[in-house]
Amino acid sequence: MNRSAQTRNRAFVITGLGIALLVAVLLSPFASSDPDGLDRVAQDHGFDTKATEDAPAQRLPFYNIFEEYALRGAPEGIATPIAGLIGTLVTFGLAWGAGKLFVKGRSSDTTLSDRDYPDQLPR
Amino acid sequence: MIDVLSFGLSTLALPSQFLRMAPPYLALHIPDGFLNLPVSLFTWVATLVLIAVCLKQVQRDYQERAVPLMGVCAAFIFAAQMINFPIPGGTSGHLLGGTLAGILLGPWAGSLVMVVVFIVQAVLFQDGGLTVLGANIFNMGLIGTFGGYYLYRAVRSAVGFNTWRGMAIGTVVAAWTSVVVAALACAIQLGLSGTVPMGVALSAMLGWHVLIAIGEAIITLIAVSYIWRTRPDLLFDPPQTRTALPRPLMPR
Repeated sequence: MNRSAQTRNRAFVITGLGIALLVAVLLSPFASSDPDGLDRVAQDHGFDTKATEDAPAQRLPFYNIFEEYALRGAPEGIATPIAGLIGTLVTFGLAWGAGKLFVKGRSSDTTLSDRDYPDQLPR
Repeated sequence: MIDVLSFGLSTLALPSQFLRMAPPYLALHIPDGFLNLPVSLFTWVATLVLIAVCLKQVQRDYQERAVPLMGVCAAFIFAAQMINFPIPGGTSGHLLGGTLAGILLGPWAGSLVMVVVFIVQAVLFQDGGLTVLGANIFNMGLIGTFGGYYLYRAVRSAVGFNTWRGMAIGTVVAAWTSVVVAALACAIQLGLSGTVPMGVALSAMLGWHVLIAIGEAIITLIAVSYIWRTRPDLLFDPPQTRTALPRPLMPR
């Protein structure tokens, strides 16, 4: 990979992560309230007898930090944006790490995958 | 159960009534307790088998240049999933992102990205049950990364593989369909588990998700268009006419 391609790729990653963080931090307070807070909404409406009250995830240490998408102990206005910020960064890091762990090919070209370009690389 | 039954009958009567009364719990992140053991186990096995295949393909085929893109794609889908958009009838939906991940990274790395997203949601934020994580990954992730991706490719090839129009129509059709199929899969799992009668589950899930799927199609098209315009070479299936631009040093 040449230097300018590297710079362009870095710019794309920074832009992409920046957009994701902006969405998570700035838009999350405006998200329509409901459906995905499934357990709580279902309990509120009383028709959700089948959802496990004491879900296994509530026994994880993270439950002491986050109550769904809200940082515990944070003021109401910023609890969700902070959770979004942390969640987005963690997801970014874990997906990058998973890629690092499993992707074996060295980028001697600029394609994501060599499946469509068998002429370029000897396996 | 009585509530669910009477609700179910009312959903079959009138669309407007149906929209008002459909319960929010029939969304797509399944919590613990909604699926019985056989259904949970079956979806876990199906999901794990597909993930194993993905890992093998990623190890075999992908270049390290894909790694940062996996991070960006996962981050964006996680963030976008937080943003519930309202749909008519007093409920909301959000992006699933499976089709987006498949189009950007291909089904193999795309699936791994979705796995990461759902693990973070379930483990850190109690969104989606841990015991039914297999079903959630399958429905909201793999249906999009595989079904959505291959449908996108088929439509794009039919309309014009290297044209914006081909990409756009393929993206819209695939994204919309993937959400509807995901909703049907979820409904079938709920029905098989005896949580809701099958017919009720199918009609209620379908009714909501044909609308939510429109949001999926719009967001996916915006994201893929953005990459198509700025860095088409980063797509898993780059348009061949433009590839000369970003790889000047490569002999074709």
